[in-house]
Parts: sequence; structure tokens; C-alpha cells
Amino acid sequence: MSNKTLYTITIFSENAVGVLNQITTIFTRRQLNIETLSVSPSALEGIHKFTITTFAEDESVAKKIVRQIDKRVDILKAFYNTDDDLVYQELALYKLSTEKVMEHGSVEYLIRKYNIRVLEVTEDNIVFLKAGHYEETQGLFEELAEKIGVLQFVRSGRIAITKSKIERLSDILAEREALGHCEQQL
Amino acid sequence: MKEEQSNSIVSGSEALIRSLVAEGVDTMFGYPGGAIMPVFDALYDHRDKVKHVLVRHEQAAVHAAQGYARVSQKVGVALVTSGPGATNTITGLTDAMMDSTPLVVISGQVASSLLGSDAFQEADVIGITQPVTKWAYQVRRVEDIPWAISRAFYIARSGRPGPVVIDIAKDAQVNKCEFKYEKTTFLRSYYPVPHPDKEKIAEAAKIINEAKRPFALVGQGVVLGKAETELKLFLEKSGIPFASTLLGLSAMNSDHPLNTGMLGMHGNIGPNINTNSCDVLIAIGMRFDDRVTGNLNSYAKQAKIIHFDIDPGEIDKNVKTTVKVLGNAKTTLSMITELINSNNHNDWLNKFREYDKIEYDKVIKQELFPENGGQIKMGEVVHKVTEATGNKAICVNDVGQHQMISSRYFKFTQSRSLVTSGGLGTMGFGLPAAIGAKYGAPDRTVCVFVGDGGLQMTMHEFGTILETGVDVKIILLNNNYLGMVRQWQELFFEERYSETHLKNPDFIKVADAYNIAGRIVTERAELDDAIQEMLNHKGSFLLEVVVETKGMVYPMVPAGGSVTDVMVGKGEKV
Repeated sequence: MSNKTLYTITIFSENAVGVLNQITTIFTRRQLNIETLSVSPSALEGIHKFTITTFAEDESVAKKIVRQIDKRVDILKAFYNTDDDLVYQELALYKLSTEKVMEHGSVEYLIRKYNIRVLEVTEDNIVFLKAGHYEETQGLFEELAEKIGVLQFVRSGRIAITKSKIERLSDILAEREALGHCEQQL
Repeated sequence: MKEEQSNSIVSGSEALIRSLVAEGVDTMFGYPGGAIMPVFDALYDHRDKVKHVLVRHEQAAVHAAQGYARVSQKVGVALVTSGPGATNTITGLTDAMMDSTPLVVISGQVASSLLGSDAFQEADVIGITQPVTKWAYQVRRVEDIPWAISRAFYIARSGRPGPVVIDIAKDAQVNKCEFKYEKTTFLRSYYPVPHPDKEKIAEAAKIINEAKRPFALVGQGVVLGKAETELKLFLEKSGIPFASTLLGLSAMNSDHPLNTGMLGMHGNIGPNINTNSCDVLIAIGMRFDDRVTGNLNSYAKQAKIIHFDIDPGEIDKNVKTTVKVLGNAKTTLSMITELINSNNHNDWLNKFREYDKIEYDKVIKQELFPENGGQIKMGEVVHKVTEATGNKAICVNDVGQHQMISSRYFKFTQSRSLVTSGGLGTMGFGLPAAIGAKYGAPDRTVCVFVGDGGLQMTMHEFGTILETGVDVKIILLNNNYLGMVRQWQELFFEERYSETHLKNPDFIKVADAYNIAGRIVTERAELDDAIQEMLNHKGSFLLEVVVETKGMVYPMVPAGGSVTDVMVGKGEKV
């Protein structure tokens, strides 16, 4: 894994059944693992956005996967970036035992150090939320596990936004519409 | 946008058939079953408009639709039932995906209320077919049928063509809707024909004009894009020698002065070796398959590479290009022809002809005109058949030695004359594809070359011939071996013939049981007469020729070898 690069692949698709299956088979054929996956409606109505991270040997592999994804009929646009091009974030939730937290004493220093949001406090459990890069959410997990114990832990897939000024999907769609309807080949 | 309106309320099945008629479908191939019965029932009322060919296995329905599409420029249509009916289409769908054949395969599906419950004859057809189709869609509501069919045909035939599956739940076939049909001409998520980039074309033209030893590779993209004329003008103006991929073979006449033959593992020596001598390689509608390139690390490293393709996914996939020219070959070729200088490259062309002499002496002469008697060679049979048809027939073949031999030695004088399973290499493809090809080109003679192995994979299609009376000329080159595998065992597995010898039935008797005329030939002297008998016979005919048991296909670039590593015999290199 050490000499592989993490690529973030962003995909806009129609909100159709089975799109994820079409995407994952392209990864499967090349024996690439999906590290993280996040899917949600995009800013444009009826269009979904997938953010996928995967380790690949080199850029040509990322380029080939993106082209193969891009050519699926239900996909509007796919592209790839490395971490340098992106502002990205993950979310993590941590459930702790209230009793153990009380035993531990003050957690103010943890909350300040990690910029934790407390989402819920009950007699039994306390739920923390931390947003950040993998290393940050993992760092908190390790510290909590060591000092208090973590009952449940979950981390979201990455979401990302490009730093550069790139073509917006709406522009791409407008351009395609302007180029007009395809004359059928046969 | 064309619109056909009818106020009548119809069943989903009726809407389906009307949609197919609106797309110009007059022939389809299929097999009924429980979950598609309403459609077959509706078809009964439209027998005058839509001819349904009842095959004997769903795999054959798809191969027949492929054969039909490949020769006719139309979309091939297959109609099958749910579950096993649909899963039997997978091989044909994958084959069509690999070879960019436009198909619409319609499968029945269990009622929408039963979906996901492991109902009788339920299969996850969309999940199974998505990886091997251009598009797969399940229809659950009757009102979506015309819409889905309209999209299916648009997607199958536009851009780089391919197979589409429409899976229709049984209740959608039965329920009623208002029939209204609109042809699809645009989908915002789908950009089938990239706009040609004038700068790239100018850049490519400059490279071509400066080239000393340019070489063009012609693929099926030329045929699919109906760009045969534009290709001819481009090649003749530039004087560039060319060779074809297996699927590009009939795009240009076999005897065109610039034609240097076929590329690939069993292609001609000149085009393979000269790939590594040219200074500019111009790939047109081809995808640098590994059977063409051999080892990529030693493939055309010295050359500038210009790649014409409609599919951006093919650019730089296998071979890194210098200039990419995206778009339909018909458009891009005519644009570039305007920018190139009239030229000839006769000295360079002679470099190919020198290798042709070597190939003739070492391989072709013995294969086509054996002098010292002995067993009949596959090549001489193919040569005699193509000559007897005036080089005007459609050549269909199965997969294996006879496929390479018939593709090498059959001569083509018009486009869409070779139907072969190129990318997937599907044994059993030949016979059903030939049946489909005859429906697609009823006025042409269809000759299908099969081996004794492949024939038995879809020999049940003798039943379709019996049922329909379709006229295909079946030439069985029988060596009682899985010949190509045997060849590899001889060359690379120390002659350990593991499971490649076949104990075969009396094929003529089998054909006779299906009322198909036949003749077996074991002696060379009978061959001409038997071929004439076959061609003169009204209706299908099985000509079984007992050929050399241990025949070999040469030249050969061993798998993973370089295109310059051409073998012309066992242990004998050029």
C-alpha cells in the first residue's frame, strides 16, 4: 500500500436504481478496494453525487477507471483528484459510557483539544462528534479507547470539494444540451 | 422528434410490440416462457409485421440477433423469459458488449409484487447483466414500457453501439396504459458522439503529412460508423498502407492495393512486424486488443500514435497516444482527408510485400495449394469456398483454428461480410449467428465455418433451421480435436493432449435427422464438386470436410510475445 496514491473519485449520476452496482463492478474488475464511499443528492435536483476514495498504483489507473465510469449511460460526469487538490472532511461518532466518563473526571481538555461536539448525554451514554481528516478522527478514537473506552464508533466516507476553479456540472450539462441532439448512427 | 400517437388504451405487451414496430423492428429471435407469455400473446396479433424466429436455446437467440445486427446495420432484438431464459443470454450479451454490437434483449420478469422474494424463475437480471451491457433497465410500471424501449434503441445504436437489456415485470406486461411513442434523441447523462476537435485533427494531419512510414490500423469502428467510403478516400489520397483487425476485415476490399492484411496473433507477417518499423501508427476505430498488440512493452514504441475513436474510454487504455481524435470516423476521416497531402509510400508498401512473399512460401502455399497429397488442409477448403461464391458471400465463423483460417483466407468484396466472435471468442457462436445473418441479409449467401467442437455447443440450432427453412451453408472442418487448444498443447505444453481429442457423432446423420442435406468429404478430389452441390442446394446444407488432424495455424505471435516474434512453423521464426 505504501507506494500507492489515494485518489478521490467524484461521480455525478442520475438518481437511478443500480448505479452503485455499475460503478463498483468497474472497481471489481481491476481488483481495487473502495476505501470510503459517500452518496447523497447533489445541489442539482435529481442528480446524485458519489465520493469514492481508492488507492491506485498511478494516475493512469485512476484515469482509466474514471473514463470507464464516465461512459456508463446513467453517469453524468466522473473525475478524480488527489488530496492536494481538495478540501475534504470525514465525520466520526463515538459512544462512551457515562459512568466511565464520570470515573475519568474532566473531559474539557479532550473537548478543546479535538474540537469535539457533544451530541447527546443520557444516564447511560454520551455521544461525541468529531469532524476532520482520517488521522484526526482516528487520533481521538485511540485516545478515547485508551483513557475511557469506546462503546461504539463509526466514521463516514469522505466528502470533498475541489480547491481549483473547475467546470461546474450545470455548465457541462448546458453545453451538452447546446451541442444538440445526437444523430443516430445506424 | 417523431411522435406516434394513439388514444387507444392497450396492454403493456401490446405497447411493447407497437414500440418495437415504431423502432423499425421487423425480425426478432426468441423463446417463450411463463413470465413473457403476455408478450408472445400480443405478438400473435402482429405476425404480419414482426417475424419471430423461434430458436432452440436463448443463447442462440442472442447470437442470432448479433449475426442479424452485424450484417444489416439494424439493432438485433431477442425476446426471452425470466430466470433461466434471461441467464442463458449472458454469453451473447457479453459477446455483443465486447464486439460493440447493437442489441435490445427483452426479458420477462416475475410480477413486481414478487420481486426480491426468490419467486419461481426469478433472477436478478439487472444485477447480473449490468457489467456486460451498455444499459440494463427493469420496467415495473406499464406506462414506462414505451419510454424504456425508446431509450433502449437509442442507447443500443448510438455512439459506440452495444447491448441493452430491458427486463419487464409480468404485471407491467398485462396492465393497461395509453400508448404514446416518442423517439429518444437526447439524454443529458449520455454523450455518444464527441464533437471533433479541429485542432487535434490539424495536429494529426501535420504528423501524417510529415510521416515517412505511416501505417493505418482499421477496426470495426469504421464499419459501425458507416465510414468505409471516407476511409477509402483517406487511405487512397495519403497512400498509406493499412491492415485490419479481425472485426475490421471487410471494411475494405481484400485485394485493395494498399491492403496488407490482418493484424494480430494469426495475422499476416508484414503488418505485425512493420508495426515496429513504422514512424506513424494511425489507429482507426480499433481498441488495441492484446491479441493485436502482443506485449505492450515492445509495441510500436518508435512510432507516433494517432488514435481515432468514438469512445474516450479507449484512448490511452492500452497504448499511449500522441494525438487523440475523438468522434465518429465518418466525420473525422473526411475532415482529415481535406488536410492531408496526396502522397504515395510505395517503397514502404514494398516492405510489406517482401514479407508477403515469405508468408506465401512458408505458410500460404502449403495451406491453400498443397502439392504432396496428404490430408485436406483447412485453408484450401476456405479458399475453394470463397472462390466458388465469387468472393461475394458472408463469412460467419465459430471460434478456434477454423476461425483464424477462414478469416485469413476468405476474401471480402463488400463491407459487413465477416461475422465472428472477436473479443469474447465464444465457441458456439457460429451456427446461430449465421441463421441471424441470413435474416439480416436474405439476398446474400451465408457460409458458416465451424469446427467439430464449436458446432456441438449450439448444434440444437439445426432445429431452428428445420423449423424456419432458413438457408445457411454450414462448412464443418472436422479434425476430431479442439484444434486451437491442441495447437497450444503441441507448442507450449509438450504435446500433452489433455482433453482435446473428441469422439464425435455422425454429423451428417444428425443433420439428416433435422432434414438438413449434407455430404461428407474425405478426399481432396471431391471437394470442388461437393462445394458446388452445397451452393446449388436450395436450403441449408452441411458440408463436412475431414481435415488434417494436426493442422496448425501459422503465422503465430505467441501470447505475450512481441509483434516482431512471428512464428511460421514449429520453432521457426521469420
